[in-house]
Amino acid sequence: MKKKSKISKGKRKQYIAAYVFLLPWLIGFLGLVLGPMISSLYLSFTRFDLLNTPEWIGLANFQEMFQDDRWIASAKVTSTFVFIAVPTQLIAALLVAVLLNKKMAGIGFYRTTYYLPSLLGGSVAIAILWKNLFEIDGLVNQVLSFFNIQGQGWISHPDYALGTIIILATWQFGASMVIFLAGLKQIPKELYEAAAVDGGTKPQVFFRVTLPLLSPVIFFNLVIELIKSIQVFTSAFIISEGTGGPINSTLFYTLYLYQKGFTQFEMGYASAMAWILVFVLGVMTLIIFFSSKYWVHYEDGGKL
Amino acid sequence: MNQTTNTSKLLTHVFIIVFGLFMLYPVVWMVASSFKPETLIFSSPSIFSKEWTLDNYTNGWNVVRNVNFGQFFKNSFLISLIAVLANLITCSMAAYAFARLKFPLKKLWFACMLMTIMLPAHATLIPQYTIFHNLGWVNTILPLTVPKLLATDAFFIFLMVQFFRGIPRELDESAIMDGCGIFQIYTRIIMPLAVPVLITTAIFTFIWTWDDFFSQILYLNTVDTFTVPLGLRLFLDSQGESSWGSVFAMSVLSLIPITTVFFIFQRYIVEGIATTGIKG
Repeated sequence: MKKKSKISKGKRKQYIAAYVFLLPWLIGFLGLVLGPMISSLYLSFTRFDLLNTPEWIGLANFQEMFQDDRWIASAKVTSTFVFIAVPTQLIAALLVAVLLNKKMAGIGFYRTTYYLPSLLGGSVAIAILWKNLFEIDGLVNQVLSFFNIQGQGWISHPDYALGTIIILATWQFGASMVIFLAGLKQIPKELYEAAAVDGGTKPQVFFRVTLPLLSPVIFFNLVIELIKSIQVFTSAFIISEGTGGPINSTLFYTLYLYQKGFTQFEMGYASAMAWILVFVLGVMTLIIFFSSKYWVHYEDGGKL
Repeated sequence: MNQTTNTSKLLTHVFIIVFGLFMLYPVVWMVASSFKPETLIFSSPSIFSKEWTLDNYTNGWNVVRNVNFGQFFKNSFLISLIAVLANLITCSMAAYAFARLKFPLKKLWFACMLMTIMLPAHATLIPQYTIFHNLGWVNTILPLTVPKLLATDAFFIFLMVQFFRGIPRELDESAIMDGCGIFQIYTRIIMPLAVPVLITTAIFTFIWTWDDFFSQILYLNTVDTFTVPLGLRLFLDSQGESSWGSVFAMSVLSLIPITTVFFIFQRYIVEGIATTGIKG
Protein backbone atom coordinates (compact mmCIF):
# COMPACT_ATOMS: atom_id res chain seq x y z
CA MET A 1 0.00 0.00 0.00
CA LYS A 2 2.70 2.48 0.93
CA LYS A 3 4.62 1.93 -2.31
CA LYS A 4 1.56 2.72 -4.36
CA SER A 5 0.96 6.00 -2.60
CA LYS A 6 4.20 7.35 -4.11
CA ILE A 7 1.96 8.65 -6.86
CA SER A 8 -0.54 10.93 -5.23
CA LYS A 9 -4.23 10.55 -5.91
CA GLY A 10 -4.35 13.88 -7.73
CA LYS A 11 -1.53 12.87 -10.02
CA ARG A 12 -3.07 9.54 -10.82
CA LYS A 13 -6.30 11.31 -11.65
CA GLN A 14 -4.43 13.57 -14.03
CA TYR A 15 -2.67 10.62 -15.69
CA ILE A 16 -5.99 8.94 -16.32
CA ALA A 17 -7.56 12.14 -17.62
CA ALA A 18 -4.56 12.74 -19.89
CA TYR A 19 -4.88 9.30 -21.42
CA VAL A 20 -8.60 9.81 -21.92
CA PHE A 21 -7.83 12.95 -23.91
CA LEU A 22 -5.10 11.16 -25.80
CA LEU A 23 -7.13 8.02 -26.48
CA PRO A 24 -8.53 8.78 -29.97
CA TRP A 25 -5.08 9.76 -31.22
CA LEU A 26 -3.46 6.77 -29.53
CA ILE A 27 -5.87 4.32 -31.15
CA GLY A 28 -5.36 6.03 -34.51
CA PHE A 29 -1.60 6.05 -34.15
CA LEU A 30 -1.29 2.41 -33.14
CA GLY A 31 -4.07 1.07 -35.39
CA LEU A 32 -3.79 3.23 -38.49
CA VAL A 33 -0.17 4.40 -38.52
CA LEU A 34 2.30 2.32 -36.54
CA GLY A 35 0.60 -1.04 -37.12
CA PRO A 36 0.16 -0.46 -40.87
CA MET A 37 3.75 0.84 -41.13
CA ILE A 38 5.15 -2.39 -39.72
CA SER A 39 2.70 -4.43 -41.73
CA SER A 40 3.54 -2.65 -45.01
CA LEU A 41 7.24 -3.23 -44.34
CA TYR A 42 6.44 -6.92 -44.04
CA LEU A 43 4.27 -6.86 -47.15
CA SER A 44 7.11 -5.35 -49.16
CA PHE A 45 8.85 -8.74 -48.87
CA THR A 46 5.81 -10.64 -50.09
CA ARG A 47 3.61 -11.25 -53.08
CA PHE A 48 0.14 -10.07 -52.06
CA ASP A 49 -3.03 -9.58 -54.13
CA LEU A 50 -5.38 -8.54 -51.30
CA LEU A 51 -7.49 -11.71 -51.50
CA ASN A 52 -4.96 -14.47 -50.84
CA THR A 53 -2.55 -14.60 -47.91
CA PRO A 54 0.77 -12.83 -48.54
CA GLU A 55 3.53 -15.11 -49.80
CA TRP A 56 7.08 -14.41 -48.57
CA ILE A 57 9.45 -13.78 -51.48
CA GLY A 58 12.32 -12.02 -49.75
CA LEU A 59 13.95 -9.24 -51.73
CA ALA A 60 12.34 -10.21 -55.03
CA ASN A 61 10.14 -7.10 -55.19
CA PHE A 62 13.15 -4.86 -54.81
CA GLN A 63 15.17 -6.81 -57.38
CA GLU A 64 12.27 -6.67 -59.81
CA MET A 65 11.97 -2.93 -59.27
CA PHE A 66 15.47 -2.16 -60.44
CA GLN A 67 14.83 -4.08 -63.67
CA ASP A 68 11.36 -2.64 -64.21
CA ASP A 69 11.50 -0.02 -66.98
CA ARG A 70 8.32 1.63 -65.78
CA TRP A 71 9.64 1.88 -62.21
CA ILE A 72 12.85 3.45 -63.47
CA ALA A 73 10.82 5.84 -65.62
CA SER A 74 8.64 6.80 -62.64
CA ALA A 75 11.68 7.47 -60.45
CA LYS A 76 13.13 9.65 -63.23
CA VAL A 77 9.91 11.58 -63.78
CA THR A 78 9.51 12.34 -60.09
CA SER A 79 13.12 13.37 -59.55
CA THR A 80 13.12 15.56 -62.67
CA PHE A 81 9.96 17.18 -61.39
CA VAL A 82 11.35 17.72 -57.89
CA PHE A 83 14.65 19.19 -59.10
CA ILE A 84 12.97 21.64 -61.47
CA ALA A 85 9.63 22.47 -59.85
CA VAL A 86 10.81 22.98 -56.25
CA PRO A 87 13.56 25.55 -57.01
CA THR A 88 11.52 27.48 -59.60
CA GLN A 89 8.54 27.59 -57.28
CA LEU A 90 10.60 28.79 -54.31
CA ILE A 91 12.40 31.46 -56.37
CA ALA A 92 9.11 32.76 -57.77
CA ALA A 93 7.60 32.76 -54.27
CA LEU A 94 10.57 34.64 -52.82
CA LEU A 95 10.72 37.29 -55.55
CA VAL A 96 7.01 38.01 -55.41
CA ALA A 97 7.08 38.06 -51.60
CA VAL A 98 9.83 40.71 -51.65
CA LEU A 99 7.76 42.69 -54.14
CA LEU A 100 4.62 42.40 -52.05
CA ASN A 101 6.35 43.22 -48.77
CA LYS A 102 5.99 46.94 -49.41
CA LYS A 103 3.41 49.18 -47.93
CA MET A 104 1.13 50.21 -50.75
CA ALA A 105 -2.49 50.57 -51.68
CA GLY A 106 -4.29 47.32 -52.48
CA ILE A 107 -1.59 45.09 -51.03
CA GLY A 108 -4.08 42.76 -49.34
CA PHE A 109 -5.91 42.33 -52.61
CA TYR A 110 -2.68 41.56 -54.48
CA ARG A 111 -1.64 38.95 -51.92
CA THR A 112 -5.03 37.26 -52.23
CA THR A 113 -4.75 37.24 -56.02
CA TYR A 114 -1.36 35.56 -55.94
CA TYR A 115 -2.45 33.07 -53.31
CA LEU A 116 -5.57 31.99 -55.18
CA PRO A 117 -3.89 29.52 -57.60
CA SER A 118 -2.39 27.69 -54.62
CA LEU A 119 -5.80 27.45 -53.04
CA LEU A 120 -7.43 25.98 -56.14
CA GLY A 121 -4.44 24.24 -57.69
CA GLY A 122 -4.77 20.86 -55.98
CA SER A 123 -8.25 20.28 -57.30
CA VAL A 124 -9.36 18.00 -60.09
CA ALA A 125 -11.09 21.01 -61.67
CA ILE A 126 -7.81 22.87 -62.21
CA ALA A 127 -6.07 19.72 -63.47
CA ILE A 128 -8.84 19.35 -66.04
CA LEU A 129 -8.49 23.01 -66.98
CA TRP A 130 -4.75 22.54 -67.39
CA LYS A 131 -5.26 19.52 -69.59
CA ASN A 132 -7.47 21.63 -71.80
CA LEU A 133 -5.13 24.65 -71.87
CA PHE A 134 -2.30 22.58 -73.30
CA GLU A 135 -4.31 20.48 -75.75
CA ILE A 136 -3.63 20.99 -79.45
CA ASP A 137 -6.62 23.35 -79.80
CA GLY A 138 -6.31 24.71 -76.26
CA LEU A 139 -5.92 28.26 -75.03
CA VAL A 140 -2.11 28.20 -75.04
CA ASN A 141 -1.91 27.42 -78.74
CA GLN A 142 -4.60 29.97 -79.54
CA VAL A 143 -2.54 32.65 -77.83
CA LEU A 144 0.61 31.42 -79.59
CA SER A 145 -1.09 31.50 -82.99
CA PHE A 146 -1.98 35.12 -82.27
CA PHE A 147 1.80 35.72 -82.35
CA ASN A 148 2.07 33.57 -85.45
CA ILE A 149 3.70 30.69 -83.61
CA GLN A 150 2.59 27.19 -84.59
CA GLY A 151 1.87 25.31 -81.35
CA GLN A 152 1.43 21.58 -80.85
CA GLY A 153 -0.31 19.10 -78.58
CA TRP A 154 1.83 19.79 -75.53
CA ILE A 155 0.35 17.14 -73.25
CA SER A 156 0.39 14.49 -75.96
CA HIS A 157 4.08 15.01 -76.70
CA PRO A 158 6.45 13.02 -74.46
CA ASP A 159 9.03 15.84 -74.44
CA TYR A 160 6.61 18.48 -73.18
CA ALA A 161 3.94 16.71 -71.10
CA LEU A 162 5.97 16.80 -67.87
CA GLY A 163 6.74 20.47 -68.55
CA THR A 164 3.06 21.36 -68.42
CA ILE A 165 2.75 19.75 -64.98
CA ILE A 166 5.85 21.65 -63.83
CA ILE A 167 4.25 24.90 -64.99
CA LEU A 168 1.09 23.96 -63.08
CA ALA A 169 3.14 23.42 -59.91
CA THR A 170 5.10 26.65 -60.36
CA TRP A 171 1.85 28.55 -60.86
CA GLN A 172 0.97 27.56 -57.29
CA PHE A 173 3.80 29.44 -55.58
CA GLY A 174 1.35 31.40 -53.41
CA ALA A 175 1.47 29.19 -50.32
CA SER A 176 5.26 29.46 -50.01
CA MET A 177 4.98 33.16 -50.81
CA VAL A 178 2.73 33.75 -47.81
CA ILE A 179 5.23 32.01 -45.56
CA PHE A 180 8.05 34.11 -47.03
CA LEU A 181 5.99 37.23 -46.36
CA ALA A 182 5.62 36.24 -42.72
CA GLY A 183 9.39 35.75 -42.54
CA LEU A 184 10.13 39.07 -44.20
CA LYS A 185 7.94 40.85 -41.66
CA GLN A 186 10.10 39.53 -38.84
CA ILE A 187 13.33 41.04 -40.16
CA PRO A 188 14.07 44.08 -37.97
CA LYS A 189 13.77 47.40 -39.84
CA GLU A 190 16.92 48.73 -38.13
CA LEU A 191 19.02 46.33 -40.18
CA TYR A 192 17.75 47.87 -43.41
CA GLU A 193 18.30 51.35 -42.03
CA ALA A 194 21.84 50.47 -41.03
CA ALA A 195 22.47 49.01 -44.49
CA ALA A 196 21.15 52.21 -46.08
CA VAL A 197 23.48 54.32 -43.90
CA ASP A 198 26.40 52.14 -45.02
CA GLY A 199 25.39 52.87 -48.62
CA GLY A 200 24.44 49.32 -49.59
CA THR A 201 22.91 48.90 -53.03
CA LYS A 202 19.62 47.06 -53.40
CA PRO A 203 21.16 43.73 -54.54
CA GLN A 204 23.76 43.96 -51.76
CA VAL A 205 21.05 44.45 -49.14
CA PHE A 206 19.07 41.57 -50.59
CA PHE A 207 21.96 39.10 -50.61
CA ARG A 208 23.63 40.19 -47.34
CA VAL A 209 20.68 41.11 -45.14
CA THR A 210 17.41 39.71 -46.47
CA LEU A 211 18.56 36.33 -47.71
CA PRO A 212 20.60 35.26 -44.64
CA LEU A 213 17.89 36.41 -42.23
CA LEU A 214 15.29 34.61 -44.27
CA SER A 215 17.25 31.36 -44.42
CA PRO A 216 15.23 29.58 -41.67
CA VAL A 217 12.07 30.25 -43.66
CA ILE A 218 13.74 29.13 -46.90
CA PHE A 219 14.71 25.95 -45.08
CA PHE A 220 11.16 25.42 -43.87
CA ASN A 221 9.65 26.02 -47.32
CA LEU A 222 12.22 23.77 -48.97
CA VAL A 223 11.35 20.82 -46.74
CA ILE A 224 7.61 21.34 -47.13
CA GLU A 225 7.75 21.72 -50.91
CA LEU A 226 10.04 18.73 -51.27
CA ILE A 227 7.62 16.49 -49.36
CA LYS A 228 4.69 17.85 -51.37
CA SER A 229 6.39 17.46 -54.76
CA ILE A 230 7.52 13.90 -54.20
CA GLN A 231 3.90 12.95 -53.60
CA VAL A 232 2.27 14.65 -56.62
CA PHE A 233 -0.67 12.60 -57.85
CA THR A 234 -3.88 14.42 -58.87
CA SER A 235 -2.47 16.55 -61.71
CA ALA A 236 -0.53 13.64 -63.21
CA PHE A 237 -3.52 11.32 -62.96
CA ILE A 238 -5.99 13.74 -64.56
CA ILE A 239 -3.70 15.10 -67.26
CA SER A 240 -2.60 11.64 -68.42
CA GLU A 241 -6.02 10.11 -67.71
CA GLY A 242 -4.43 7.70 -65.27
CA THR A 243 -1.91 6.29 -67.75
CA GLY A 244 1.22 8.28 -66.99
CA GLY A 245 1.71 8.69 -70.72
CA PRO A 246 2.67 9.60 -73.36
CA ILE A 247 5.47 7.01 -73.20
CA ASN A 248 5.61 7.15 -69.37
CA SER A 249 6.60 10.81 -69.53
CA THR A 250 4.19 11.76 -66.73
CA LEU A 251 4.35 8.47 -64.84
CA PHE A 252 4.90 10.02 -61.43
CA TYR A 253 6.12 7.68 -58.72
CA THR A 254 2.85 7.77 -56.77
CA LEU A 255 0.85 7.24 -59.95
CA TYR A 256 2.81 4.08 -60.73
CA LEU A 257 2.41 2.96 -57.11
CA TYR A 258 -1.33 3.43 -57.48
CA GLN A 259 -1.38 1.45 -60.74
CA LYS A 260 0.61 -1.41 -59.23
CA GLY A 261 -1.40 -1.57 -56.03
CA PHE A 262 -4.93 -0.80 -57.13
CA THR A 263 -5.29 -1.66 -60.80
CA GLN A 264 -2.89 -4.62 -61.01
CA PHE A 265 -3.34 -5.62 -57.34
CA GLU A 266 0.38 -6.26 -56.84
CA MET A 267 0.20 -4.91 -53.32
CA GLY A 268 3.49 -6.40 -52.17
CA TYR A 269 5.27 -4.61 -54.99
CA ALA A 270 3.39 -1.39 -54.20
CA SER A 271 4.42 -1.67 -50.53
CA ALA A 272 8.03 -2.10 -51.57
CA MET A 273 7.71 1.00 -53.75
CA ALA A 274 6.23 2.91 -50.82
CA TRP A 275 9.17 2.00 -48.60
CA ILE A 276 11.67 3.19 -51.20
CA LEU A 277 9.75 6.47 -51.24
CA VAL A 278 9.86 6.76 -47.44
CA PHE A 279 13.57 5.95 -47.46
CA VAL A 280 14.46 8.49 -50.17
CA LEU A 281 12.36 11.19 -48.56
CA GLY A 282 13.99 10.45 -45.19
CA VAL A 283 17.50 10.65 -46.65
CA MET A 284 16.77 13.89 -48.49
CA THR A 285 15.27 15.47 -45.39
CA LEU A 286 18.29 14.41 -43.33
CA ILE A 287 20.68 15.87 -45.93
CA ILE A 288 18.82 19.16 -45.84
CA PHE A 289 18.79 19.14 -42.03
CA PHE A 290 22.52 18.45 -41.75
CA SER A 291 23.46 20.89 -44.49
CA SER A 292 21.32 23.52 -42.82
CA LYS A 293 23.97 24.44 -40.29
CA TYR A 294 26.12 25.73 -43.15
CA TRP A 295 23.49 27.91 -44.74
CA VAL A 296 20.69 28.50 -42.28
CA HIS A 297 21.31 31.49 -40.08
CA TYR A 298 19.60 31.56 -36.68
CA GLU A 299 19.67 34.75 -34.67
CA ASP A 300 19.88 32.88 -31.39
CA GLY A 301 22.92 30.92 -32.50
CA GLY A 302 21.41 27.80 -34.00
CA LYS A 303 18.95 26.54 -31.44
CA LEU A 304 15.75 25.33 -33.05
CA MET B 1 13.74 62.26 -55.64
CA ASN B 2 10.05 62.19 -54.85
CA GLN B 3 9.15 61.83 -58.48
CA THR B 4 11.43 58.84 -59.03
CA THR B 5 9.96 57.00 -56.02
CA ASN B 6 6.50 57.72 -57.39
CA THR B 7 7.37 56.32 -60.81
CA SER B 8 8.96 53.26 -59.26
CA LYS B 9 5.85 52.77 -57.12
CA LEU B 10 3.68 53.05 -60.19
CA LEU B 11 5.85 50.58 -62.08
CA THR B 12 5.59 48.11 -59.19
CA HIS B 13 1.82 48.42 -59.23
CA VAL B 14 1.69 47.92 -62.98
CA PHE B 15 3.96 44.91 -62.82
CA ILE B 16 1.99 43.28 -60.00
CA ILE B 17 -1.32 43.86 -61.75
CA VAL B 18 -0.16 42.60 -65.15
CA PHE B 19 1.50 39.53 -63.71
CA GLY B 20 -1.53 38.90 -61.46
CA LEU B 21 -3.90 39.09 -64.42
CA PHE B 22 -1.67 36.69 -66.30
CA MET B 23 -1.86 34.26 -63.37
CA LEU B 24 -5.61 34.49 -62.97
CA TYR B 25 -6.39 34.42 -66.69
CA PRO B 26 -6.79 30.62 -67.02
CA VAL B 27 -9.31 30.48 -64.18
CA VAL B 28 -11.26 33.51 -65.42
CA TRP B 29 -11.26 32.01 -68.90
CA MET B 30 -12.66 28.75 -67.53
CA VAL B 31 -15.45 30.57 -65.70
CA ALA B 32 -16.30 32.56 -68.84
CA SER B 33 -16.15 29.47 -71.04
CA SER B 34 -18.60 27.65 -68.81
CA PHE B 35 -21.23 30.19 -69.92
CA LYS B 36 -20.39 30.07 -73.62
CA PRO B 37 -22.12 27.83 -76.16
CA GLU B 38 -19.95 24.78 -76.82
CA THR B 39 -19.08 25.91 -80.35
CA LEU B 40 -17.78 29.31 -79.24
CA ILE B 41 -15.44 28.14 -76.45
CA PHE B 42 -12.51 27.51 -78.75
CA SER B 43 -13.22 30.18 -81.31
CA SER B 44 -10.99 32.74 -79.57
CA PRO B 45 -8.91 33.08 -76.38
CA SER B 46 -11.06 36.02 -75.34
CA ILE B 47 -13.16 35.79 -72.21
CA PHE B 48 -15.93 37.78 -73.90
CA SER B 49 -18.54 36.15 -76.07
CA LYS B 50 -21.36 37.10 -78.39
CA GLU B 51 -23.68 34.59 -76.75
CA TRP B 52 -24.10 33.44 -73.17
CA THR B 53 -25.92 30.30 -72.06
CA LEU B 54 -26.63 28.11 -69.04
CA ASP B 55 -26.86 24.91 -71.12
CA ASN B 56 -23.44 23.69 -69.95
CA TYR B 57 -24.67 23.75 -66.37
CA THR B 58 -27.86 21.79 -67.02
CA ASN B 59 -26.07 19.27 -69.27
CA GLY B 60 -23.14 18.85 -66.89
CA TRP B 61 -25.35 18.49 -63.83
CA ASN B 62 -26.97 15.36 -65.29
CA VAL B 63 -23.81 13.75 -66.59
CA VAL B 64 -24.74 10.18 -65.65
CA ARG B 65 -28.10 8.48 -65.86
CA ASN B 66 -29.85 8.12 -62.45
CA VAL B 67 -27.19 10.07 -60.57
CA ASN B 68 -26.51 13.79 -60.88
CA PHE B 69 -24.02 16.21 -59.43
CA GLY B 70 -26.41 16.95 -56.57
CA GLN B 71 -25.57 13.50 -55.18
CA PHE B 72 -21.82 14.13 -55.63
CA PHE B 73 -22.08 17.45 -53.82
CA LYS B 74 -24.05 15.83 -51.00
CA ASN B 75 -21.39 13.14 -50.59
CA SER B 76 -18.55 15.66 -50.66
CA PHE B 77 -20.23 17.93 -48.12
CA LEU B 78 -21.00 15.06 -45.78
CA ILE B 79 -17.42 13.77 -45.84
CA SER B 80 -15.94 17.25 -45.45
CA LEU B 81 -18.22 18.25 -42.58
CA ILE B 82 -17.56 15.08 -40.61
CA ALA B 83 -13.84 15.50 -41.21
CA VAL B 84 -13.92 19.09 -39.96
CA LEU B 85 -15.87 18.30 -36.78
CA ALA B 86 -13.77 15.21 -36.09
CA ASN B 87 -10.48 17.06 -36.52
CA LEU B 88 -11.63 19.91 -34.31
CA ILE B 89 -12.58 17.60 -31.47
CA THR B 90 -10.00 14.84 -31.50
CA CYS B 91 -6.95 16.86 -32.56
CA SER B 92 -7.68 19.45 -29.87
CA MET B 93 -8.07 16.70 -27.26
CA ALA B 94 -4.68 15.22 -28.11
CA ALA B 95 -3.13 18.67 -28.28
CA TYR B 96 -4.54 19.57 -24.85
CA ALA B 97 -2.99 16.46 -23.33
CA PHE B 98 0.39 17.18 -24.95
CA ALA B 99 0.41 20.90 -24.18
CA ARG B 100 -1.04 20.99 -20.68
CA LEU B 101 -1.11 17.65 -18.89
CA LYS B 102 1.56 15.47 -17.35
CA PHE B 103 1.47 11.74 -17.92
CA PRO B 104 3.82 8.79 -18.26
CA LEU B 105 5.41 8.19 -21.72
CA LYS B 106 4.47 11.71 -22.81
CA LYS B 107 7.80 12.35 -24.53
CA LEU B 108 7.64 9.09 -26.45
CA TRP B 109 4.11 9.72 -27.72
CA PHE B 110 4.94 13.29 -28.59
CA ALA B 111 7.92 12.16 -30.65
CA CYS B 112 5.69 9.61 -32.40
CA MET B 113 3.18 12.35 -33.19
CA LEU B 114 5.88 14.59 -34.68
CA MET B 115 7.22 11.72 -36.75
CA THR B 116 3.85 11.05 -38.36
CA ILE B 117 3.66 14.62 -39.67
CA MET B 118 6.50 13.95 -42.10
CA LEU B 119 5.49 10.40 -42.96
CA PRO B 120 4.14 10.03 -46.52
CA ALA B 121 0.69 8.46 -46.56
CA HIS B 122 2.00 5.74 -48.87
CA ALA B 123 3.89 4.06 -46.05
CA THR B 124 0.61 2.99 -44.46
CA LEU B 125 -1.55 2.91 -47.57
CA ILE B 126 -1.81 -0.79 -48.41
CA PRO B 127 -2.38 -2.19 -44.89
CA GLN B 128 -4.92 0.58 -44.21
CA TYR B 129 -6.69 -0.39 -47.40
CA THR B 130 -6.60 -4.04 -46.34
CA ILE B 131 -8.09 -3.18 -42.95
CA PHE B 132 -10.94 -1.15 -44.44
CA HIS B 133 -11.48 -3.79 -47.13
CA ASN B 134 -11.77 -6.54 -44.52
CA LEU B 135 -14.16 -4.45 -42.45
CA GLY B 136 -16.35 -4.10 -45.56
CA TRP B 137 -15.95 -0.32 -45.52
CA VAL B 138 -14.92 0.13 -49.17
CA ASN B 139 -17.61 2.10 -51.05
CA THR B 140 -18.72 3.81 -47.87
CA ILE B 141 -17.56 7.10 -46.40
CA LEU B 142 -16.08 5.35 -43.35
CA PRO B 143 -12.48 5.01 -44.63
CA LEU B 144 -12.52 8.75 -45.32
CA THR B 145 -14.00 9.85 -42.01
CA VAL B 146 -13.08 7.36 -39.27
CA PRO B 147 -9.32 8.16 -39.49
CA LYS B 148 -10.19 11.81 -38.75
CA LEU B 149 -12.13 10.69 -35.65
CA LEU B 150 -8.86 9.08 -34.58
CA ALA B 151 -6.87 12.30 -35.00
CA THR B 152 -4.61 10.98 -37.75
CA ASP B 153 -4.00 14.51 -39.10
CA ALA B 154 -1.07 15.03 -36.75
CA PHE B 155 -0.19 18.30 -38.43
CA PHE B 156 -3.18 19.96 -36.77
CA ILE B 157 -2.30 18.47 -33.37
CA PHE B 158 1.11 20.09 -33.70
CA LEU B 159 -0.43 23.42 -34.71
CA MET B 160 -2.76 23.33 -31.71
CA VAL B 161 -0.02 22.29 -29.28
CA GLN B 162 1.94 25.37 -30.36
CA PHE B 163 -1.10 27.55 -29.80
CA PHE B 164 -2.18 26.03 -26.46
CA ARG B 165 1.30 26.50 -25.05
CA GLY B 166 0.89 30.23 -25.57
CA ILE B 167 -2.22 30.41 -23.37
CA PRO B 168 -1.17 31.65 -19.90
CA ARG B 169 -1.05 28.90 -17.28
CA GLU B 170 -2.38 31.25 -14.61
CA LEU B 171 -5.78 30.87 -16.23
CA ASP B 172 -5.71 27.13 -15.56
CA GLU B 173 -4.61 27.67 -12.00
CA SER B 174 -7.32 30.15 -11.18
CA ALA B 175 -9.86 27.84 -12.80
CA ILE B 176 -8.67 25.03 -10.51
CA MET B 177 -9.10 27.36 -7.52
CA ASP B 178 -12.67 27.90 -8.68
CA GLY B 179 -13.18 24.16 -8.61
CA CYS B 180 -12.80 23.35 -12.29
CA GLY B 181 -11.59 19.90 -13.26
CA ILE B 182 -9.31 19.00 -16.17
CA PHE B 183 -12.28 18.55 -18.49
CA GLN B 184 -13.75 21.94 -17.63
CA ILE B 185 -10.43 23.66 -18.21
CA TYR B 186 -10.43 22.17 -21.71
CA THR B 187 -14.00 23.15 -22.54
CA ARG B 188 -14.20 26.49 -20.74
CA ILE B 189 -10.69 27.94 -20.93
CA ILE B 190 -8.62 26.37 -23.68
CA MET B 191 -11.18 25.87 -26.43
CA PRO B 192 -12.75 29.36 -26.28
CA LEU B 193 -9.32 30.98 -26.34
CA ALA B 194 -8.14 28.75 -29.18
CA VAL B 195 -10.72 29.96 -31.71
CA PRO B 196 -8.14 31.27 -34.24
CA VAL B 197 -6.28 27.96 -34.44
CA LEU B 198 -9.58 26.06 -34.52
CA ILE B 199 -10.74 28.15 -37.46
CA THR B 200 -7.46 27.53 -39.28
CA THR B 201 -7.86 23.80 -38.69
CA ALA B 202 -11.47 23.83 -39.85
CA ILE B 203 -10.71 25.74 -43.04
CA PHE B 204 -7.77 23.62 -44.08
CA THR B 205 -9.48 20.35 -43.20
CA PHE B 206 -12.44 21.43 -45.30
CA ILE B 207 -10.36 22.49 -48.30
CA TRP B 208 -8.05 19.49 -48.22
CA THR B 209 -10.88 17.00 -47.74
CA TRP B 210 -12.98 18.60 -50.45
CA ASP B 211 -10.07 18.40 -52.90
CA ASP B 212 -8.62 15.10 -51.77
CA PHE B 213 -8.65 12.92 -54.87
CA PHE B 214 -6.31 10.11 -53.87
CA SER B 215 -8.27 8.54 -50.98
CA GLN B 216 -11.57 9.11 -52.75
CA ILE B 217 -10.46 7.27 -55.87
CA LEU B 218 -9.19 4.42 -53.67
CA TYR B 219 -12.23 3.91 -51.53
CA LEU B 220 -15.22 5.03 -53.61
CA ASN B 221 -15.93 2.90 -56.67
CA THR B 222 -19.68 3.03 -57.23
CA VAL B 223 -21.23 6.08 -58.84
CA ASP B 224 -23.74 6.76 -56.05
CA THR B 225 -20.88 7.10 -53.52
CA PHE B 226 -18.89 9.43 -55.78
CA THR B 227 -17.74 12.83 -54.56
CA VAL B 228 -17.35 15.96 -56.68
CA PRO B 229 -13.74 15.27 -57.77
CA LEU B 230 -14.72 11.75 -58.85
CA GLY B 231 -17.77 13.15 -60.63
CA LEU B 232 -15.51 15.51 -62.59
CA ARG B 233 -13.27 12.66 -63.52
CA LEU B 234 -16.26 10.85 -65.06
CA PHE B 235 -16.19 13.39 -67.89
CA LEU B 236 -12.73 12.28 -68.93
CA ASP B 237 -13.79 8.66 -68.96
CA SER B 238 -17.22 8.69 -70.52
CA GLN B 239 -17.48 11.51 -72.97
CA GLY B 240 -13.96 12.18 -74.06
CA GLU B 241 -13.26 15.80 -74.83
CA SER B 242 -16.43 16.45 -76.73
CA SER B 243 -18.19 18.41 -74.02
CA TRP B 244 -15.69 20.82 -72.52
CA GLY B 245 -18.47 23.29 -71.77
CA SER B 246 -20.16 20.92 -69.29
CA VAL B 247 -16.81 19.94 -67.80
CA PHE B 248 -15.96 23.58 -67.17
CA ALA B 249 -19.40 24.30 -65.75
CA MET B 250 -19.12 21.53 -63.17
CA SER B 251 -15.49 22.44 -62.48
CA VAL B 252 -16.57 25.98 -61.66
CA LEU B 253 -19.26 24.67 -59.31
CA SER B 254 -16.73 22.40 -57.64
CA LEU B 255 -14.52 25.39 -56.83
CA ILE B 256 -17.30 27.51 -55.31
CA PRO B 257 -17.31 26.00 -51.80
CA ILE B 258 -13.54 26.42 -51.48
CA THR B 259 -13.45 29.97 -52.76
CA THR B 260 -16.41 30.92 -50.56
CA VAL B 261 -14.71 29.57 -47.45
CA PHE B 262 -11.53 31.31 -48.53
CA PHE B 263 -13.09 34.73 -48.99
CA ILE B 264 -15.04 34.56 -45.72
CA PHE B 265 -12.03 33.50 -43.65
CA GLN B 266 -9.27 35.04 -45.75
CA ARG B 267 -7.65 36.85 -42.83
CA TYR B 268 -7.38 33.65 -40.78
CA ILE B 269 -6.04 31.64 -43.70
CA VAL B 270 -3.12 33.92 -44.42
CA GLU B 271 -2.38 34.21 -40.69
CA GLY B 272 -2.81 30.48 -40.31
CA ILE B 273 -0.23 29.64 -42.94
CA ALA B 274 2.09 32.36 -41.75
CA THR B 275 2.26 30.91 -38.24
CA THR B 276 2.45 27.30 -39.41
CA GLY B 277 5.36 25.92 -37.49
CA ILE B 278 7.70 28.80 -38.22
CA LYS B 279 7.68 30.23 -34.75
CA GLY B 280 8.21 26.65 -33.50
